[in-house]
Amino acid sequence: METLSFEYRGGRSVASPPPSVLVGVVGSGNLEVLVEPAPLGGICRVEIQTAAVGFGTTWQAVLDDVFARHPLADVRISINDVGATPAVVSLRLDQALDAFAGGFQP
Amino acid sequence: MSSYYEDSARGRLDGLLDPGSLIEIVPPTERMVSPHLRQLDTPAAFDDGIVVGEGRLAGRRVLVAAQEGGFMGGAVGEVHGAKLTGLLERALDTRPDGVLLLVESGGVRLHEANAGLIAVSEVMRAVLAVRAAGIPVIVLDGGTFGCFGGMGIVSRLCDAVVMSEEGRLGLSGPEVIETTMGVEEFDSRDRALVWRTVGGKHRYLLGEAATLVEDDVAAFRAAALALLDQLSDRGPDLSLAALEAEHAVLGSRLERFGGCRDALDIWEKLGVEEPEKLPILDTASFLATVRDRRV
Amino acid sequence: MRDWNLQGRNRDARLARAAALTEGKRVATADARALLEAVLEPGDRVCLEGNNQKQADFLARTLASVDPARVNGLHMVQSVLALPEHLDVFERGIAAKLDFSFSGPQGARLARMVADGRISVGAIHTYLELFGRYFVDLTPRVSLVAAQAADAAGNLYTGPNTEDTPVIVEATAFKRGIVIAQVNELVDSVPRVDLPGGWVDFVIQSPTPHYIEPLFTRDPAQISEIQVLMAMMAIKGIYAEYGIQRLNHGIGFDTAAIELLLPTYAESLGLKGKICRHWALNPHPALIPAIEAGFVESVHSFGSELGMEAYIRERPDVFFTGADGNMRSNRALSQAAGHYACDLFIGSTLQIDLDGNSSTATLGRIAGFGGAPNMGADARGRRHASPAWLKAGREARGDSGQMPRGRKLVVQMVETFREHMQPAFVERLDAWELAESAGMELPPVMIYGDDVTHILTEEGIANLLLCRTAEEREQAIRGVAGYTPVGRGRDLRMVENLRDRGVIRRPEDLGIDKRMATRDLLAARSIKDLVRASGGLYDPPKRFRNW
Repeated sequence: METLSFEYRGGRSVASPPPSVLVGVVGSGNLEVLVEPAPLGGICRVEIQTAAVGFGTTWQAVLDDVFARHPLADVRISINDVGATPAVVSLRLDQALDAFAGGFQP
Repeated sequence: MSSYYEDSARGRLDGLLDPGSLIEIVPPTERMVSPHLRQLDTPAAFDDGIVVGEGRLAGRRVLVAAQEGGFMGGAVGEVHGAKLTGLLERALDTRPDGVLLLVESGGVRLHEANAGLIAVSEVMRAVLAVRAAGIPVIVLDGGTFGCFGGMGIVSRLCDAVVMSEEGRLGLSGPEVIETTMGVEEFDSRDRALVWRTVGGKHRYLLGEAATLVEDDVAAFRAAALALLDQLSDRGPDLSLAALEAEHAVLGSRLERFGGCRDALDIWEKLGVEEPEKLPILDTASFLATVRDRRV
Repeated sequence: MRDWNLQGRNRDARLARAAALTEGKRVATADARALLEAVLEPGDRVCLEGNNQKQADFLARTLASVDPARVNGLHMVQSVLALPEHLDVFERGIAAKLDFSFSGPQGARLARMVADGRISVGAIHTYLELFGRYFVDLTPRVSLVAAQAADAAGNLYTGPNTEDTPVIVEATAFKRGIVIAQVNELVDSVPRVDLPGGWVDFVIQSPTPHYIEPLFTRDPAQISEIQVLMAMMAIKGIYAEYGIQRLNHGIGFDTAAIELLLPTYAESLGLKGKICRHWALNPHPALIPAIEAGFVESVHSFGSELGMEAYIRERPDVFFTGADGNMRSNRALSQAAGHYACDLFIGSTLQIDLDGNSSTATLGRIAGFGGAPNMGADARGRRHASPAWLKAGREARGDSGQMPRGRKLVVQMVETFREHMQPAFVERLDAWELAESAGMELPPVMIYGDDVTHILTEEGIANLLLCRTAEEREQAIRGVAGYTPVGRGRDLRMVENLRDRGVIRRPEDLGIDKRMATRDLLAARSIKDLVRASGGLYDPPKRFRNW
C-alpha cells in the first residue's frame, strides 16, 4: 500500500454542496472516491490509499487534468484504490465531481 | 428494468427504498474502516463493505443493510459485522415495520477470521432476538457473489428469503466444496451445475426461498413489500410446535431426496415434467411450470 | 531411367504395412498406435490438425505414445500448439522440427524447450502462409485430422467445425501422402460429404469426441464501461465515418462491445443498413442481437462456435450452411476473404511502439500469430474498389499526386493500460528481446506499423493515414497513449495541432458524451440475455452459464 496526497489551488467553491458523494467500489481494478466539502482555505485536497505502489507521477498527471476539468476549492477528495487504470480513475472522479457540483448524477 | 445482480449495494438501496428516504448510519464520511486490513497491507473501504440505515418502503418504516460484494466478496469483518449487529439491535429499540437484509457475501473475512466469526454469531443471535420481538426480518439475495458461509446461515434464520434465479444461497461455496471433496464430487467451473444446486430456482423449489423474482430491483422491492405486509399481519410462529414441524419437514425432505445425485433428480421426483428445461425458463414461465410442485 | 513415382511407391509401401490393421478404411481404436507406427517413417513431415478451436486430440495423444525407436525425427507442421501432447512428441524424441502458426497456452513451455534445444523451429507463420507452404515446400507426408463422422468409404463429415481440414487433406492426398482421420462416430451414411472418401486413407473412431474450445464466446457481463466508450468511438468515429460494410473483428471484449452496441447505439445514429452488413467472422454469440436487429446480411466463418449450432441452422440466410442445415466453415477461405474482401479489420494487441508496430509477444512465451496478420494487413493485391477503401486511400495519398489506389482500414483498439498497470504503449516492443533470447531471425511483430491506419484508445482515435511525417505519426500515437510514459512524453502543442487537423479525435470531438458510456448501452449484458435474444436457440457451454 502507498499513501499519496496532492493539493490544488485556484479553484472555485461549490455554492451549496451535498454533504458528501461516494462513487465506485473498492474492488480489483476499481476504486472508491469520496468527495466532501471542507474548510481548507481554498484548497482542493486529494488523499489516496492505493494498492499499486510506485505510480505517484501517474496520479499527479491524472489529477492535474481532473482539476483542470473540475477546478474546485474547499473540497476533500479521498480515494481507496485497488490498481484502477488511469482511465477508470478519471471516469470515477468525473462522475463523483459532476455529482458533487450538482450536475450529472451517476 | 434495472439489474439487481449488476448493481452495487448503494445502487440497490436507491432503487429499493422510497426516493431520498435512506438515512445512513455510520456513513463513509465517518471512515469507520477495518483496523485489521491496514496491518495486512490490504485496501480498506470507507463503509467496510456494508451500508446500514433507516428508510421507507412504500411508506413503511424499515431498517436496511446492504452488503457490497465488490469489496472482498462481501465478506464479514469486525466493523462490517458490528454495523450489521448494531442495526438489528437498533430494531429492538425503534421497532420498525421490518428489517431488510440485502445479503451478498462469501461469509467470514479470512483476514480477520476470529473477529468475523464472532461477528457472524452475534448477527445470528440478533436476528433471532428481532424475530422474537415480532419484527420481520427479510433477506434479499440476488447479487453477483451469492450468499454463503456464515451469511448463508444468517439468511435461513430470518423470516423469509427473496431470490432471483441469479442469486445463490448455500453454506460452503462451490469452490470450497470442490477443494474439500474433489472435482468429481462437485465441479465448481460447471456453472450450470452450480446454479442448479445453489441457485434461486432450486432454493425456491426446496421452499428455502419464499419468493422468486426476476433480476430487477423493482421486482425485489415489490416482493419485499408483499412479504413485509404478509408477515406483519401474521407474525412469526416461534412456538416449540412450529419448530418441531419444521424439523419434521426437513427430516422428510432428507428421506425423500437424500439419495439424489443432482438437483435434476430432485426436480423429477417433485413431479416436474422435463426438469432439464427448468434452468432456461424465464421467471414467469418457471413459476407457472412449477406451480404446486414445491417442497 | 529416373523413377518419377517414388512418392507413390512409398505410399503403397506404407499402405501395405498397415494392411493387416484395416478393415476397408476402418482401423480399430485399439490399433491406432500400431497404425501410426506402421505408416510413419523417421523424418516424416507430419501435419497434426489442431487450431485454436478444433483438435485431433486422440491422434495427438496416440502420436505422443508411439515408440521413439521406430518413429523419430518427425517434422511437425501444424496451425496451433494447444495441447500438452503437441510438445510431448518433442520431449520424447518422436519429433524434432516444428513449423507452426500459433502456440497459445503452450507458449511458455515451447519457449523453454526451444531454449533447451529440444525443438528446432523452422518458422512462425500466419495461417495463410502456413497453408500456402503446405502446397509448396512444407507438404505433409502424413496428416492426422479430425472429423465428426465417417462412412465406410471414408467420406468425412466435419459438422460446423470444418476449419482447416480441407486444406490439410488436399495438400496431403494429392501429393501421394497418407490421410488418417479420427472421427466421433462411424455411420452408414454421412449427412453431407465435407471431404470425399477418395482423399482419406484411414478412419478411426476416437474414444471421446474431439475437443473444441469455445474461443469466441465473450460474456457481456465482463464488458467494462471503458470498453463501451471505446466501442462508441469505433462506431461513430470509424465505422460511420468510412461507411464500413465489410469487416472482420478480432477476438476480445473490445470487439464484443462493438457488436453489442450495433442494435442500440449504432441504431440510434441511424446506421442500420449503412454499416456492418457483411462479415468474415466466426459466429460470435455477441453478434446475435445485431443479427436479430437486421444489421447483418451475411457471415462467413473460419470455424464454428460451441453452442451456436441451432441458431446458425435457423438463420441460413445469414450463415453459410450445408444441405444438412449445419454450418460449413473454412479457415483458409475465410482468411482469404478477410484479407481481400473486407474493408476493415479491428482488433486488440498487447503492445504498440512509436511506429505503430504491434505485438502480442511477451518475454518467456513464444505465442505466434494465427490469423491477425492476414486480416490486419493492407491487401496489396486488391483491385476492386469500395467507398471505404477509396476514402482511406485518398487520406493516405493526400495531395501527393500519387497513383490512386485504396487502403484497407486496420484498426488497433487498446486501452492505454492493461491489467496491473501494464502500459500498452512502449518505446520498444518486448518482441525485440524475445527474438534475441530465442534466436529468432525477426522480432515477432503481429501487425506492422505501416499497415495500421488507426489506433483507438479511451483517450481518442489517431488517424495515421493523415500523418505526413514520421514525427507527426509519433506524436499522433503519443497523443492517444493516455497517461503511459509514452503518452506523457507527448509534445503538447503538436498534439493540439494534430487534433485541430482531425488527425487525433477525442470523444468530445466526435460528439460523444462520455457519461452515456455505461453498460446500459449493451444490447445484452449477460450470456442469458444472448440466449433470450436468440429465441432460446443459442445453447452456451456450461461454464458460461449462471442459471
